[in-house]
Amino acid sequence: MLETRYRAARALPLGAQTRSAPTGSGVSVRPAGAEARFSLRARLAKGAAPKLAGLALDAPINTVGTDGEVWLARLGPDEWLIGGPEADADLLQGRFHDALAGVPHSLVDVSHRNVGIDVSGRQAAAVLNAGCPLDLSETAFPPGSATRTLLGKSEIVLIRASAAPLYRVECWRSFSTYVHGLLNEAVFGVEGPAAH
Amino acid sequence: MLLIACPNCGKRPETEFRCGGQAHIARPADPMAVDDGGWSEHLFVRANPKGVHAERWCHIHGCGRWFNALRDTISDRFVETYPIGEQPKSGVKPGTILGPNSATQSETRA
Repeated sequence: MLETRYRAARALPLGAQTRSAPTGSGVSVRPAGAEARFSLRARLAKGAAPKLAGLALDAPINTVGTDGEVWLARLGPDEWLIGGPEADADLLQGRFHDALAGVPHSLVDVSHRNVGIDVSGRQAAAVLNAGCPLDLSETAFPPGSATRTLLGKSEIVLIRASAAPLYRVECWRSFSTYVHGLLNEAVFGVEGPAAH
Repeated sequence: MLLIACPNCGKRPETEFRCGGQAHIARPADPMAVDDGGWSEHLFVRANPKGVHAERWCHIHGCGRWFNALRDTISDRFVETYPIGEQPKSGVKPGTILGPNSATQSETRA
């Protein structure tokens, strides 16, 4: 997108730290850049469910759909978390409001509330399981799963969009240093100190 | 870790849940007809059975929705979970004391 609309400047709480590329059993824990995110609450009428960015709202609970840019995670019967490129935040909001015309809903921009952390690598699930009691095996948490859960003491949204061992951890901004620290500690536990 | 079967999300770890006390407490249909004693019963007096107990639970760190559950207060086993506004299907009455080997919903569910 060429035009840039007015957005409050955002200092990322975790900076642009990056761990070195995965080596051996390597797991990389990388803070994601700024993104647009929306919290949508709506009660769906039976039958016709509107689509947002081509993604169905009535997908099963705890699944995520993506069109490459925008992702839509259904967290509960009436709750969705939507993510998209930072520059498109205002455009997306308008587009969603149009798509939801006639449906009573609440669409709130939570871009500044959430911080994303990408956990990738063959042992990514083991790293997450250091703080998250969820079963992350292929059958229990297949690609396309997304759910709100806990990581240690912090509430997170865990998203697995593709078959690759890449998990997105979305947490609240004030929890992000804790979550990031916990994940980095867990990498030590999985890889062992020799890898560093 | 104890797994609780949320009606929306399936079996999830217990730390994601909060208990909301006794279920199926209906507000009196005609409040003006209830005397002070009746109100205090309605507001404050709760059952505390040994055995199966009907409770409200909230999947607060998951789908965020409330549901009902039958839980055995002796063994902490969940006999059944069911949506708000419905009655239990398993036929186990609150106050029943279960045998040690009775299968429960969350254990028989695949």
